[in-house]
Amino acid sequence: MKVRVNGIEMEVKAGTLMELLEELDINPKRVVVEVNLEIVKRDKFQNYTIKEGDSIEIVNFVGGG
Amino acid sequence: MKDLLIIKGIEFKSRLWVGTGKYKSFEETARAIEASGTDVVTVAVRRVNILDRNKENLLDYIDPKKYKILPNTAGCFTVEEALRYARLAREAGISDMVKLEVIGDEKTLFPDVCGLLKATEILAKEGFIVFPYTNDDPIIAKRLVDAGAAAVMPLGAPIGSGLGIRNPYNIKIILETVNVPVIVDAGVGTASDVAIAMELGCDAVLVNTAIAGAQDSIMMAQALKHACIAGRFAYKAGRIPKKLYASASSPLEGMLI
Repeated sequence: MKVRVNGIEMEVKAGTLMELLEELDINPKRVVVEVNLEIVKRDKFQNYTIKEGDSIEIVNFVGGG
Repeated sequence: MKDLLIIKGIEFKSRLWVGTGKYKSFEETARAIEASGTDVVTVAVRRVNILDRNKENLLDYIDPKKYKILPNTAGCFTVEEALRYARLAREAGISDMVKLEVIGDEKTLFPDVCGLLKATEILAKEGFIVFPYTNDDPIIAKRLVDAGAAAVMPLGAPIGSGLGIRNPYNIKIILETVNVPVIVDAGVGTASDVAIAMELGCDAVLVNTAIAGAQDSIMMAQALKHACIAGRFAYKAGRIPKKLYASASSPLEGMLI
């Protein structure tokens, strides 16, 4: 399935958000996820089904002033 | 002597607030933060780099149990962007505070105060503790407070410029105008700038580049820590008025004729 993650088109095997994070080797506790501009609560990652063409943003805190 | 800064029920032990940007490594960031004696650090919200997965995360070095995390909306040029970043930051679940930036110009990074006012109002209504990064303009400061700002963060000078407090008189007027804490944000270059802000009566100072960009960031963090305490003490002690002419420190009485 083709989705867009952080601006990058990619082919993924994952069916849910949690599986996508696992596939990308990202610790779910450290990130916030938005799908098609809607924030998805962390406790919903497990059951959140991703669809073809979804635009997914995965963000975290970085150094800043 | 207890001299806590309390904003919306949150106790801040340090009046020197520190940014976490521009350091060479997370390790240096952690050491500088520690040396500054601060208990509140700012962070930015950015995409995880999914192509080059560096396992290290800033929060592995800065323990949110030890430091209050103040996310910013740096890099946002519109109200909508700033709202989006603020909401993403809150979703991380460690802070309802936001250092709200709506930037108006790339070269100066001066705030777009019209957008800032709008975003402050919306986020305050959503329950955020909003700290808007604003111009050193007392009227806008007042408007931001009316819109629900928990504190105001006027700039001393452009972000990262190191020019110091360019208009101490405006900062003084802001202090007299608003009934919320005033935290100077941006422009600090060295210890004396921090001391000046605190001597004016500001409640805190936020510094990033002055520490991160110093040749010895750890030593500069220590210097600013002391300057902040010195400036605060001087403010509370009450300085003498400035006079044009001398007044002798030694008695005239008992002089030899």
